[in-house]
Amino acid sequence: MFYIFCPYCKEHREEEEFHARGQAHLMRPSDPDNTSDEEWGDYLFFRNNPRGIHHEMWVHSVGCRKFFNITRNTVTYDILETYPMGEQPTITAATPDVRHEQGVQVADGGWQTVGARSENKALNEETSS
Amino acid sequence: MSNVSVSNVREFNTVPDGNPKVESPLAWSYQQHPAPRASGQAGIVLREKALLGHLVLRGGAIVLDEAVRATLGMSLPAKPNALEHDDSGERSIQWLSPDEWLVIVPGGEEFKLERALRQVLGDAHYSIVNASGGQTVLTLSGDNAREVLMKSTSYDVHPNAFPVGKGVTTVFAKATVVLRRPSETHWELVVRRSFADYCYRWLLDASAEYGIDTQ
Repeated sequence: MFYIFCPYCKEHREEEEFHARGQAHLMRPSDPDNTSDEEWGDYLFFRNNPRGIHHEMWVHSVGCRKFFNITRNTVTYDILETYPMGEQPTITAATPDVRHEQGVQVADGGWQTVGARSENKALNEETSS
Repeated sequence: MSNVSVSNVREFNTVPDGNPKVESPLAWSYQQHPAPRASGQAGIVLREKALLGHLVLRGGAIVLDEAVRATLGMSLPAKPNALEHDDSGERSIQWLSPDEWLVIVPGGEEFKLERALRQVLGDAHYSIVNASGGQTVLTLSGDNAREVLMKSTSYDVHPNAFPVGKGVTTVFAKATVVLRRPSETHWELVVRRSFADYCYRWLLDASAEYGIDTQ
């Protein structure tokens, strides 16, 4: 079980008090009427599934019932930080230490390091370091 | 839109005039599940503080703080998980979340308080919900009260982690309760009406090894 730090209750609580609610920092298209079906579909249905650092929205459902964000490593399950809604993470996949030590790959570009295609040199070289 | 004045809010006294017959949420449980006889000294004393007035306040801390100072003469606990009592110990305010507080007052005072708060708050952005009928308060005391809590909740109830004047919403058995510590010897559980029977029976069972004294 994890002890998760709730940024509103300001203390660590048992994992069973929380629920994960998917990817954080999703931006609703500012002008829905003039948004293409593809963009709208991306916003509604498509989520990143990175290997490594991921920013997720969680809710302290038994407790203060507030939503907050977690930066989590999907490989090691480490919770690197939690921060309130409306704030930006201090640790991202681009943070130099994280990138170097854990060899993580951002999924923003599309596909991921696990099962990386052999022709993609850049990806595979980077993760082997 | 922004001119929601006091008069637009529908408020009504949930306790009608006259002397209606009222039953605590645990009335049925007392009949169906009398406590087992304790052999010798009971390690757990379980009491219900039935039919108190519960109000849930939501809104900005500063606005609500002024309002409860004016009406209750208490300040709003601003720190997370804080619980404050007035001098008589009968009225309390507890932090539930950054914009939510639970006020418990003696039964019958809640409607007067709600009106007084609405008077003071005026057009401010806030909400007051009378939750009196929806929850009840159980108190646990006795030598083994902490042992029973340790069996029932994943929250750390050691005095270092749970000093007097703290209250948290947490998991209790398979239900959710507000667990609070008003004094050195007493613990309070604010349980929802629909979970009251479950929590009561859980407590009877968990306390069996220490002996339990109920009313």
